[in-house]
Amino acid sequence: MTNTATLVCRNLWKLYGPEPERFLAKHGPSPTEAALRSAGLVSAVADASLSIERGEIFVIMGLSGSGKSTLVRCLSRLIEPTGGEVLFEGVDLLRASPADLIELRRHKMGMVFQHFALLPHLSVLDNVAFPLEIRGLGRSEREKPAREMIELVGLQGREHNLPYQLSGGQQQRVGIARSLITDPDVWFLDEPFSALDPLIRREMQNEFMRLQDQLHKTIVFITHDFEEAVRVGDRIAIMREGRIVQVGTPEELVRAPDNDYVAEFTRDAPRSKIFSARSIMRAPRTGEAVAGVIPAASKVRDFAAKVEASELPFGVANEAGEQIGVVDRRAVMSILVGAGEPA
Amino acid sequence: MTAAAVETKIPASAEWMRPGRVAVLLFAVLSLVAFLLPDGVLPAWTRQLPAEFRIGLDTWISAALKWLVEDATFGLFTFKDLTRGFAQLLNVPLDIATSILSTGLLDGRGSSAIQLAPPLPWIAVVGVVAALGYRFGGSKLALLAGGAFLYLAVFGQWASAMLTLSSIVVAAPLGIAVGLATGVAGYRVPLLRRIITPILDLMQTVPTFAYLIPILFLFGFGPVAAMIATMIYAAPPMVRVTMAALEGVPREIVEYGTMAGTTPRQMITKVMLPAARPQLLVGVNQVIMLSLNMVIIASMIGAGGLGFDVLTSLRRLDIGRGLEAGLAIVVLAIALDRLSQAYAAGARKRDAEGGLKPFLFGLAAFVAVTYLLALFVPPIATYPEALQISTAPFWTDAVKWINVNFFNVFDAVKTFILLNLLLPVKRFMMAQPWPLVAAMVGYAGWRLGGARLAALVVGLALFPVVTGQWDYTMMTVYLCGISVVVAALIGIPIGIYGGLSPRAWRVIEPAIDTLQTLPSFVYLIPAVMLFRVGDFTAMLAIVLYAVAPSVRYAAHGIRNVPTMLMEAGTSMGCTQKQSLRHIQVPVALPTILLGINQTVMLALSMLVITALVGTRDLGQQVYMALTKADTGKGLVAGLCVAAIAIIADRLIGAAAQKLAAQRSGAVDAT
Ligand SMILES: Nc1ncnc2c1ncn2[C@@H]1O[C@H](COP(=O)(O)OP(=O)(O)OP(=O)(O)O)[C@@H](O)[C@H]1O
Ligand SMILES: [Mg+2]
Repeated sequence: MTNTATLVCRNLWKLYGPEPERFLAKHGPSPTEAALRSAGLVSAVADASLSIERGEIFVIMGLSGSGKSTLVRCLSRLIEPTGGEVLFEGVDLLRASPADLIELRRHKMGMVFQHFALLPHLSVLDNVAFPLEIRGLGRSEREKPAREMIELVGLQGREHNLPYQLSGGQQQRVGIARSLITDPDVWFLDEPFSALDPLIRREMQNEFMRLQDQLHKTIVFITHDFEEAVRVGDRIAIMREGRIVQVGTPEELVRAPDNDYVAEFTRDAPRSKIFSARSIMRAPRTGEAVAGVIPAASKVRDFAAKVEASELPFGVANEAGEQIGVVDRRAVMSILVGAGEPA
Repeated sequence: MTAAAVETKIPASAEWMRPGRVAVLLFAVLSLVAFLLPDGVLPAWTRQLPAEFRIGLDTWISAALKWLVEDATFGLFTFKDLTRGFAQLLNVPLDIATSILSTGLLDGRGSSAIQLAPPLPWIAVVGVVAALGYRFGGSKLALLAGGAFLYLAVFGQWASAMLTLSSIVVAAPLGIAVGLATGVAGYRVPLLRRIITPILDLMQTVPTFAYLIPILFLFGFGPVAAMIATMIYAAPPMVRVTMAALEGVPREIVEYGTMAGTTPRQMITKVMLPAARPQLLVGVNQVIMLSLNMVIIASMIGAGGLGFDVLTSLRRLDIGRGLEAGLAIVVLAIALDRLSQAYAAGARKRDAEGGLKPFLFGLAAFVAVTYLLALFVPPIATYPEALQISTAPFWTDAVKWINVNFFNVFDAVKTFILLNLLLPVKRFMMAQPWPLVAAMVGYAGWRLGGARLAALVVGLALFPVVTGQWDYTMMTVYLCGISVVVAALIGIPIGIYGGLSPRAWRVIEPAIDTLQTLPSFVYLIPAVMLFRVGDFTAMLAIVLYAVAPSVRYAAHGIRNVPTMLMEAGTSMGCTQKQSLRHIQVPVALPTILLGINQTVMLALSMLVITALVGTRDLGQQVYMALTKADTGKGLVAGLCVAAIAIIADRLIGAAAQKLAAQRSGAVDAT
C-alpha cells in the first residue's frame, strides 16, 4: 500500500437553482452564503476539497440532506458538478469524454446503492454478471467470475432467484458482488446498509470488513450513522449543509471536534472503541513498575478489563517493541465513564 | 371546530362565484333573450360569418393533400410511390396473419384463388388461447379465454372473428412498436417530447373518423388502410406510457446503469426498458383494447370481419345479425383484455419460474398435430355447421316481440323526452349567437384560470366560427351536453353509493369495467334496436358509453375523503345524511368534476359514431366527409370537435383545481 491519493477534489460545488454556472463564474471559487441566498441557489455541495488515499476507507457522514450523496455522485461524475476539480488517479474527471467515462466506469469504479438498485428482471447470476455483459463478454466468460463473486458474498444456491425473492440483506450482497466483479480501483458505497435492520446491518458491516481485509480497495463510504463510520472508517469527513466541516480519524474527531456540530455527532460515540492506548498514555514515572505491556494501537475496549483489575499500570509499546508510555486505571476509567458506558 | 364552522366553511369554497354572480346572471338573461327573440332579429352574421370573413381551411387542406398525392415528388420517386410502398410493406405481415388464421395460403386472388394450404384449424386456435390463458392466469383464465373462442366457433362467428383477429395481431404489435420507439425518442430528446405531447393531446380529442379520411386518401380503401388507421388510433397511449414509464424508473437504477458503464443505447435496452416492463405492459393492454375499439370504425374504410358484419347489419337494420356480431366483438374484447392483463400482472413471476421453452414446444407440437389431423378430419379443421347455433333469429324475434308489445311504451317515452327535453334544449342552444357564447366561455376561463386560459378558450371557441361550422358545433354541444348531464345524473349517485358501500361497489365495479371494455360501437346496437334512429337513440348510446368515469371518479372521491373530516362530522353529531351532504360530497367535488370531464371526452368520441343514426352535428359532417373522401371538410369538423373537447377539458380541469386548492386549504385550517 503506497500512500498516494487516488481521488482528489478541490473547491467542488454543486448548486441547484437558476443559472448556477454563471453565478459561480461571477462570484469566484468561494461565494458567500449571502450571495448564494440572494441568487436563489441551493448548495448541495459547497466548496468541498478532499484527498482520498489509496487503500483507505474514507467515510463521508452527515445528517440527511447534508449533501453526502451529491458529493459522492460528483466524485464519480454521475452528477455534473457546477464548479471545481475532480482528479481520479491524476486524470481530470470533469474533462473526460463520454467514451472515456464509460471505460473508466467499466473498469475502475464500482458503486453500491442505498436501495440496492438491482435490475428487477435479471436473476442473481445475471445481475452480478451484468457489468461484464455490457462489456460484451460471452455467457461462459462472464458466468465463471460471477459465480465466484456470488460465493464470495455467500449467496451460492441463490443464483437463479430474482431480486424480489431475496431479503434486503441478500439483495445488498448481490449489489456488493456486482460492484466488485470488475475489480474496481475505487469503490463507492452510498449508505449501503441504511435500509437494513440493525442486526443484519451489523452482520453486513462485518462482512464488509472481511471483504476489505481481502481486497484492500480504496473506498468512499457514506453513512449518517457515526457508530458505523467509526466501525468501518479509517478517516471520516463530516458534512453540514453541503460543506465539509472536519476531516480526521475517529479519534481526532472525538478528541478535538472543530465545532459544536461535530461535537454533537461524536458525543454518543463509543469512546472505548475509538481511543487507543497511544492516545491515553502518560509518561512513565521514573522507576514505575508495570503489570504488563500493551501495543500502542490497541483500543481501550480491548485492554480495559486488564488494566482495571490491576493495581499497577501497563506499559505501552510501539511497533518496535519499545516502551513509550504507560496507561493506568484512571486513564481507562476516564474514557469509560466519560462515554457513560459500562465497563 | 364547531358545527357552524363547517356550515360556513364548505359552502364558502364556492366563493369564487360570488363576485361573478352579477355576470352570470347577465349572461343568463342575454341567453334567454337570444332564445326568445323571433328569428331574424339578430343579424345573420351572429350565426354564420359571411363567406369573406371565413377561413377556407377545408379547401386548403384538401388542396394540399391533393397536391401531395398527385404532384409531390422527391425526385427519384413520388409521394404516391412512397405511400404505395409503405402500404405494400405493411400488407406483408397482414397477409401472413390472414393466411394463417383465416383464408389459408392462397395462390391467386379473389374467387379464382386456389387454397394451397388450409388455415389453422379452429381447435388449434382455441387450444392455443386456452394454453396461453393457463400460463398467464391459471385454469380460470384458461377456461375464460378458451371458452370465449369456443363461443365464436359455436355461434357461427369464427370466420369473421379470425379476420378481425388477424388484423389485430398485426396492428397491435406494430402500434406497440411504433409507440415504444416514439416514446423512447421523446424521452431521450426533450425537444421532441415538447413536440409529441401536444400532438398526442390533439389526437386524443380529434374524433377517430377525422383521421380515417386522410388515410383513405393516402392509402386507398382496403384492409391495409384500415390497419394503418387502427395503428394510428391505438399507438398514442403507448407513447405516453413509454415516456412515463422511462421517467418512472427509479433514479438509483439509472445511476447504476451509468456506473456500470452502459452506452446510451445499452442504458435504454438493457436497463431502463426492462426495468419499466410492468408499466409498459399496461400500455400494451391499452393498445390491444383500442385496436378492438377500432374494429367497426375501420370496417368503414375496408376492414372485413366482425366490424364489417356489424356495420352492414346496422345499415340494413338487421338487428339479430348485428347483435350477434357485436356480441362476438365483446367476447373477443373481454378475452384479449383479460389475457393481456394477466400477462402483464404475472410477467415477473413467470420469469422466475421459467419453463418457457417446454411450454412453447408443447404448444407447437399441439398445433402441428391438430393441423395434420385436420387435413383428414374436416370437423377439426372447421367447426361443423350442423352444430352451430345462430342466435340471430332469436334476437330478431325478441326485438320484434318487444316492439310489438311495448312499442307504445317505448314510443311514448321517446316522444315525451324528445318534446320536453331534447327539442327545447336544442332550440335554445341553436338560438345562441357566437359572440355571446364566446364571451361566456371567455369569462369562465378568466374566472377559473386567468387571462391565458381565457385567451385559449376564446380562441378555440372562435375556430368553428371562422371555419363556418357554428351551427354544427352548437348542435354537437347540445347533444353532447345533454348526454353528459344525463350520464352525470345517473352515474354520480351510483358512484357515491358505491363509494359509501363496499358491498355495492363489488357489484358496480365489474359492471363499469365491462362497460369500459366494450367497443363504443356496440352501444348503438341495443339503442337502435329499441328506439330506431334519431337524437334520443344517439343520446342513449352516448350515455351508456360515457357513464363509467362519472361512476368511478365519484366513488373514488367519496372513498378518499379524509377520515379526520368524517370523524369531526360525527363528533359534531352529523347524521349520515348530513355528513354526506355537508362533508363528503363537497370534499369529493373536485374528483367528481374530473369524472365529468372524462365523461365529456368519451361522449365527444362517441359522437361521430352516433352520426350513423342520423344526428346532424359535427359527427355527421365528419361521417359525410368520410363517405365522400373529402379530407378538408372532415378534418375541419374533427378539429371543431377537438376544440369543444379542449375547452371543456381546460375549464373543468381549472375548476377542479381551484376547488381542490380551496378544499385542501379548508382541511389544513381544521
Ligand atoms: N435535483 C435537485 N434539485 C434541487 N435540490 C437538490 C437536488 N438534489 C439534491 N438537492 C438538495 O441538495 C441537498 C443535498 O442532498 P443529498 O441527497 O446529497 O443529501 P444526503 O446527505 O445524501 O441526504 P440523505 O442522507 O437523505 O441521503 C438537499 O438539501 C437536497 O434538497
Ligand atoms: Mg443520500
